[in-house]
Amino acid sequence: MKLREIAHSRTGDKGNTSNISVIAYEARHYALLLRAVTSERVKAHFAGVVEGDVVRYELPNISALNFVMTGTLGGGVTRSLALDAHGKSLSSALLDLEVGASSDHE
Amino acid sequence: MRTIRIGSGAGYSGDRIEPAVELAEKGDIQYLVFECLGERTVALAQQARMKNPELGYDRLLEERLRAVLPICAAKGIKIVTNMGAANPEGAAKKAAEIARSLGFSSLKIAAIVGDDVLDACKEVDFPIMEFDGTIKQLGNRLLSANAYLGAEPMTDALRGGADIVITGRASDPALFLAPMIHAFGWSMDDWNLLGQGTVAGHLLECAGQITGGYFADPGCKDIPDLARLGFPIGEVGEDGSLIVTKVAGSGGAVTAQTCKEQLLYEVHDPTQYLQPDVVADFSQVRVEEIGPDRVHVSGGRGSKRTGTLKVSIGYLDGFIGEGQISYAGPGALARGKLALEIVRQRLKLTGVATSELRFDLIGVDSLHGERVSAHAAEPYEVRVRVTGRTENLREAVRIGNEVETLYTNGPAAGGGAWKSARDVVAVASVLLPRELASPQVLFFGSVA
Repeated sequence: MKLREIAHSRTGDKGNTSNISVIAYEARHYALLLRAVTSERVKAHFAGVVEGDVVRYELPNISALNFVMTGTLGGGVTRSLALDAHGKSLSSALLDLEVGASSDHE
Repeated sequence: MRTIRIGSGAGYSGDRIEPAVELAEKGDIQYLVFECLGERTVALAQQARMKNPELGYDRLLEERLRAVLPICAAKGIKIVTNMGAANPEGAAKKAAEIARSLGFSSLKIAAIVGDDVLDACKEVDFPIMEFDGTIKQLGNRLLSANAYLGAEPMTDALRGGADIVITGRASDPALFLAPMIHAFGWSMDDWNLLGQGTVAGHLLECAGQITGGYFADPGCKDIPDLARLGFPIGEVGEDGSLIVTKVAGSGGAVTAQTCKEQLLYEVHDPTQYLQPDVVADFSQVRVEEIGPDRVHVSGGRGSKRTGTLKVSIGYLDGFIGEGQISYAGPGALARGKLALEIVRQRLKLTGVATSELRFDLIGVDSLHGERVSAHAAEPYEVRVRVTGRTENLREAVRIGNEVETLYTNGPAAGGGAWKSARDVVAVASVLLPRELASPQVLFFGSVA
């Protein structure tokens, strides 16, 4: 199962850092997010894009995770050579992540 | 309990104008906020002001005010905006002139000045947060330094009877926090109220991004009538309670999902959202749909503000040259790749001096890079894009030229070549001891 089936996402930018939220449509899938969408997997998924660290913050009240990725925006939005200097399209790439099956009790 | 309704009339400098008119006409609002000042905009505005001291404020100031002022003045809706950019005083004078020309002779317009801290920054020197270096080391490449001011000067302006408050650089949520502090008399050290007010401001500041803009994904996340996307209204109670809604009948949607996405937009550590007035904590926020296009947001908290203000500095950062050309039909991908390889070699052969180069195939790998895009199917058409960083304009122009020459010197059937070369105004940040910024409120009347 792809992440896109159970979660939605939005990208934000500050300087050379991108943040991507991952929000479960249903609270019962939050546990799967916690298990399947780790900082390590996000960093590996964005190989060649994220040059710095990926830090994950957890927001159980809204069944959401927030990933903060440094060294991601070509030196910073205002000087980047990239077509998408803000990295606004990154959230769509993350939703393609394979998250495995969801068991019924989740 | 007393409540106020604040409309968000713009989420960036070029935003649509008609939703703001709709908010003023039908939103039953008491305040209309226009957030129009991007990270880099002040630096660009400063350049404009250096060329003409009368300018340096938002280029759409006149168009926006002419569109909403007749309604706002008639209904007593107060306007708060950062359209002052690099010249809030000039913007306030212009606003007074516009008000007079529309026949309003008793409007009071306030300019907040003092966000410009260039002199203080040059005098003391501060380390740059994003890279190794200091302000002094930027030398004459430094264009501007503007502190993110908090809500207090705007609150003072509203207390002084301002109908229109125009700031330069201020924290975006503070544009919304100021009306709350003014209307409810919140204390400037009631950190939890300021924290919850910051949640409200943060949710509203990007306008359409909470009513269904930057959200729709057909089949997964559908939003009705995006063409007429309405802008949000925050219904705030004196205890900080917040309901996010929009004008009935406008396009878009306010749902728990749109609110959650916007809550985390451009947020790093949700427990530490640093603001000039408070360190806000978003981590305990709850979101609940209580009716159609009505979402209750609670749980924002805060702790004591820090001793520093974030300062955005603008500086000249060399030049960028760029060229693009398209290939389509059978073999398009191979021809696009060949084109990139030709340009890569020619830039070397002709000795174009660059410090950084980037080769993309738009439609293939330009957004997420080669590795993330590796498994995508072959597209019908591709667009070659070459960009490079240079020290001067002459070298930047040569990059686009080497793409354009692919017409007659490259693979078969390249079309739609395009090129550009531009100077780069980049921004970075420093932290300034709070006491080194001294904001002031200047009042102007629209009396003829």
